Amino acid sequence: MDLTLYVWRQSGPDKPGRLEEYKANGISPDMSFLEMLDVVNQDLIRAGEEPIAFDHDCREGICGTCSQVINGIPHGPVEKTTVCQLHMRHFKSGDTIYIEPWRARAFPVMKDLIVDRSALDRIMQAGGYVSVHTGGVPDANAVLIPKDDADASMDAAECIGCGACVAACPNGSAMLFTAAKVAHLAKLPQGRVEAARRVCVMTEAMMQEGFGSCSNHYECQAVCPKGIKVQFIAKLNREFMKSRM
Amino acid sequence: MYLLRSQVGRKIVMAVSGFSMLAFVVVHLLGNTSMYGGPGSMNAYASALHRFPLLIWLFRLILMVMFYLHVFYGIALKLENRDAKPEPYVVEKYKQSTFAGRNMIWTGLLIGAFVVYHLLHFTFQVTNPQISAGSHPDAMGRPDVFMMVMLSFRKLAISAVYISAMIVLGLHLSHSIQSGFQTVGLNNDRSFPIAIKGGMVVAILITLGFAAFPIVIFTGILR
Ligand code: HEM
Ligand code: FES
Repeated sequence: MDLTLYVWRQSGPDKPGRLEEYKANGISPDMSFLEMLDVVNQDLIRAGEEPIAFDHDCREGICGTCSQVINGIPHGPVEKTTVCQLHMRHFKSGDTIYIEPWRARAFPVMKDLIVDRSALDRIMQAGGYVSVHTGGVPDANAVLIPKDDADASMDAAECIGCGACVAACPNGSAMLFTAAKVAHLAKLPQGRVEAARRVCVMTEAMMQEGFGSCSNHYECQAVCPKGIKVQFIAKLNREFMKSRM
Repeated sequence: MYLLRSQVGRKIVMAVSGFSMLAFVVVHLLGNTSMYGGPGSMNAYASALHRFPLLIWLFRLILMVMFYLHVFYGIALKLENRDAKPEPYVVEKYKQSTFAGRNMIWTGLLIGAFVVYHLLHFTFQVTNPQISAGSHPDAMGRPDVFMMVMLSFRKLAISAVYISAMIVLGLHLSHSIQSGFQTVGLNNDRSFPIAIKGGMVVAILITLGFAAFPIVIFTGILR
């Protein structure tokens, strides 16, 4: 396959950036999107040019590190798929592909396609944990959890924290991320203890980091590689109201 | 107050104030249907309302507070959210959001402008003083609200303004009813599709319901 790429190039934070044109020729449809970029980078390195900087780690769709907006859609055109798991067979030879970094006030661009997503970590540090006594391992099933609650909690826990929800949101809001973390803990008895404090400090941290609020556009759900549902945002809103009562 | 400092809290204020105004809008529409009963029923309805001035003013006060909160935090949220997304994508694509949803601030502000005009027109009767109800009492000596509405909507310009405003309100509501349910946490897997479809249906019914008055009057169906 032969492709024309327009890739966001920016030499550092607060530096001006712009789209640059690259040719990706002889690409196999079996390659992943990141492997296609590896090929382009090899050519750039051979030509003595600066390779395109992009984030990646596991390349198997579980770490949430890869982060590219492809033709206007975070993680590209295939639903419930991270960039690293997106294969070139979903494109046609001759296609033009625009690749941009996640955009949000809270995600400053570090270089090219790499943004600083540590704001999500700070939301987690604020309250995305349960306080437990260390010591001996507790008996399995010492705390009984209804199957439905366990399932709902695990659905929320699927969030890999990639930040696609923020990238897709017209308000640059991290509501789906925060809601997944709040709901995942609030659904379990171990998480109930700190539930009221958690929802307040995590949403407070989200605001402090410069994320917007939720206008219920649901763009986040549409791009989430793990299919996290916006019903968890309703759950966050319920938890917030409960915490005020 | 923490509720007004928190982003989530502010959205709850938006939803509660929006739903309060929605409740008023529905009651207003039902009341207005007495137009179809002719001058007798419309004027009786209007003067019945004015027999309880204290109650009327209580409702007006609540509504004014709701209106103020809704407009103030609507603008504040919009400014914050714009600030949270300073750089647009070169290729903009939306998979889920709607035109109505992304333009809430503009439909909202247009409704705000319409509310001011509407009050000047029918409540304070300053925009078209020659057709005001006060100066034309009906046969029973009541302000002739029916006639005031008839004379107004026979004018193309006035009818056009009202019909356009109701379309704008319909756009605002087409996003906001389901959005409000989500904001106050009333969505789960089962209720979510109902809120989305139901909100759309209510929005369309409200637009058609209100727009019907200028349409039937201007076309002479109601005379
Ligand atoms: C008068 C001028 C108005 C302005 C400036 C305005 C503005 C807004 C804005 C900007 C939003 C979206 C907030 C966000 O999610 O970021 C909104 C939501 C909403 N509006 Fe309005 N609006 C107005 C009038 C009305 C009226 C008359 C009604 C009802 C009849 C209404 C009902 C609602 C509802 C139910 C919501 C949903 C709240 C939510 O998302 O949870 N609005 N409004
Ligand atoms: S690189 Fe780990 S999810 Fe894509």
